[in-house]
Amino acid sequence: MTEVSLAELCIYACAEAFRDTREIVASGIGPIPRIGAGLAKLTHSPGLMMTEGEAYLVEEPVPLGPRGDFIPKASGYLPFSRFFDSAVWSGKRHAMVTPTQLDRFGQINLSYLGGTHAQPKTQMLGVRGFPGNSVYHTNSFFFPAHSMRIFVDGEVDMVSGAGYNPARPVGTIDLRQIITNLCVMDFGGLANAVRVISLHPGVTFEEVQAATGFPLIDAAKGATPPPDAEALAIINRLDPYGYRASVIKDNPPARKP
Amino acid sequence: MILDKRMTAQQIVAQLRDGMTLGIGGWGPRRKPMALVREIIRSDLKDLTIVAYGGADVGMLCAAGKIKKLVFAFVSLDAIPLEPWFRKSREAGKIEVLELDEGMFQWGLKAAAFGLPFLPTRVAMGTNLAELGDLKTVQSPYADGETLIAMPALKLDAALIHVNRSDWRGNVQLLGPDPYYDEWFAKAAAKTYLSCEELVDRIEDHYPEDAQANTFERCFVSGVVEMSGGAHPSSMPPLHGPDMKWFKTYAEAARDPGDWQAVAAQFVGASEAEYLAGIGGKEAVMNIPLAIY
Repeated sequence: MTEVSLAELCIYACAEAFRDTREIVASGIGPIPRIGAGLAKLTHSPGLMMTEGEAYLVEEPVPLGPRGDFIPKASGYLPFSRFFDSAVWSGKRHAMVTPTQLDRFGQINLSYLGGTHAQPKTQMLGVRGFPGNSVYHTNSFFFPAHSMRIFVDGEVDMVSGAGYNPARPVGTIDLRQIITNLCVMDFGGLANAVRVISLHPGVTFEEVQAATGFPLIDAAKGATPPPDAEALAIINRLDPYGYRASVIKDNPPARKP
Repeated sequence: MILDKRMTAQQIVAQLRDGMTLGIGGWGPRRKPMALVREIIRSDLKDLTIVAYGGADVGMLCAAGKIKKLVFAFVSLDAIPLEPWFRKSREAGKIEVLELDEGMFQWGLKAAAFGLPFLPTRVAMGTNLAELGDLKTVQSPYADGETLIAMPALKLDAALIHVNRSDWRGNVQLLGPDPYYDEWFAKAAAKTYLSCEELVDRIEDHYPEDAQANTFERCFVSGVVEMSGGAHPSSMPPLHGPDMKWFKTYAEAARDPGDWQAVAAQFVGASEAEYLAGIGGKEAVMNIPLAIY
C-alpha cells in the first residue's frame, strides 16, 4: 500500500471541517476542498448538497477531471442566480475557499495586493462573492502553502470578506476551520482568536507560528488524523486522475520527514 | 407597430453613445456577446461605463481604451483565473472602478429593473467595499432597527446579450445550463440589444417546446442580429465550449508584446467576417469542446 500523502490528509481534514447535520450546500472550491466536501457527503454528512460544478445539483459527488464513463445525474437545478437565492441569502451553505490573504480576524482578501484600490500593485480576481458569503453563511479555508504572505501581520490589504474584527462589527459571522499544509486551525480562542487545533504529523507548533504573521494559540490535541482505508478509497474514486498530487509542492507524504 | 427588431451589428453599435453605461451579459468566459464587443472596439465609441461579470469582454475593452469606469465583482477567464489585459489597465491606474460583490451586483440590477433607488442588503458590511464604493447605509424602520447597505440601482443605458435563439420580435431562448443574470441585465437597461446563434421569423412556429427557455420577455428587447459564432472565444453551450487555445494566446500577448495595438487585428479583426475567417470559420468554433467544471 502506498503511503498516505499530505494532500490526502488535508482532504480528510477538509471533510471533517464540512461535518454537519444540516441540509446545506457544501462548496469546496479547488481540488482538495472539493474532494473533501464529496468525502464528507459520502461518509458522515449525507445531508450535504452539491452541484456538478456548473448548474445542476447531484446526490453522487462528481469526480474531478474528464468525465469518462461517469455521467452526472441531476437531482436538482441550481444555476448562479438561484444559487444566491437558495444557498447564500438563506444561509444554507458552507463554502471552503482559498483567498490570497487572511488576517488574525479571519478577514480575507482576493481583490488586490499593494498600491491603492485606484491603482493596485497587483490586481487579482476581485472580491467575487466573498463579501456576501462572509456575512450570510458558514465559511472555511484551505491553503496549500502556509506562509506569512498569506497569514499577514496587521489587516489584509483589502477586506473582501468580513471577519471578527471589533472595528468592523457585523451581525453574524461563522468562520469554522482553516486547513493548511501544516495544521488545522479554528477561531475558538478568546474573542475569536485563531487557535491551532491539530498539527499534521511531524509538524511543531513553533514551525506553524514561525510561518504566521499573527500570534496563534496552541490548542493542539494530538496530530491531525490520516484518512482510513474507506476514506482513501472514496478519495481515489472522487479524484481518479490524481489532481490532488499537484496541489501541495512536491506532493509530500502525510508525515513530515 | 413594428415588431421586426432585426438590425445589423453596425446599426446596434450606432445606437450607442460616448459616455453611456453598458451592461454586458454572460459570465467570465461564458456566453458573452463578443461579436458586439468586437464591433464596439472597431467603432469610435469611448468613455464607456461597463457593468459586467467580466471576462475577455472587459479585458479587450480595457485594452482598447474604451472604458472610463468598470463596475465589476471579478474579471476572469476561468482556467486562466486572472484576466491579463484587465490587470494591465488596473495596475496602470487607467480605469475608474466600482467593485461589488457578485450577489449585491445582482441587487443593483434588480433595483434598476424594479425602478427602485436601491435595495437593502447585508452584503459589504464588515468589508472595505462600502467605503471604496461610497455605498450608504439605511436603517430598518421596523422594530429590528438593523443597519443595512443600500445597494444603488445599476441603471443601464443599454445591455448587450448573446442568446441561442431569437425571433424577429425578440422572443429569446437560452439553452445552456445556466442563464446567468441576463434577465436582470435586460430589465435594468433602457434598451437591450441581442446577438443570437439562430434567428427565426416566429419562434412559436419553430421551437414551441422550448418556451421555458424564454428567460426574459420581448418587451425588454430593442434590437436583434443573427451572429452565429458570436460568442467566440467565450463558450456557447450547448453548441461549443470556450476557446482555451485562443485565451492562452491572448493572455501571452498581454506579456509579449504587451501592446494592444500590435495584436488588435488578430483578436478583433477589421470585420466580423475577417475575424471568423482568422479562427478557422464558424465550423471550427462549433467544434470547440464544452468545458468541464
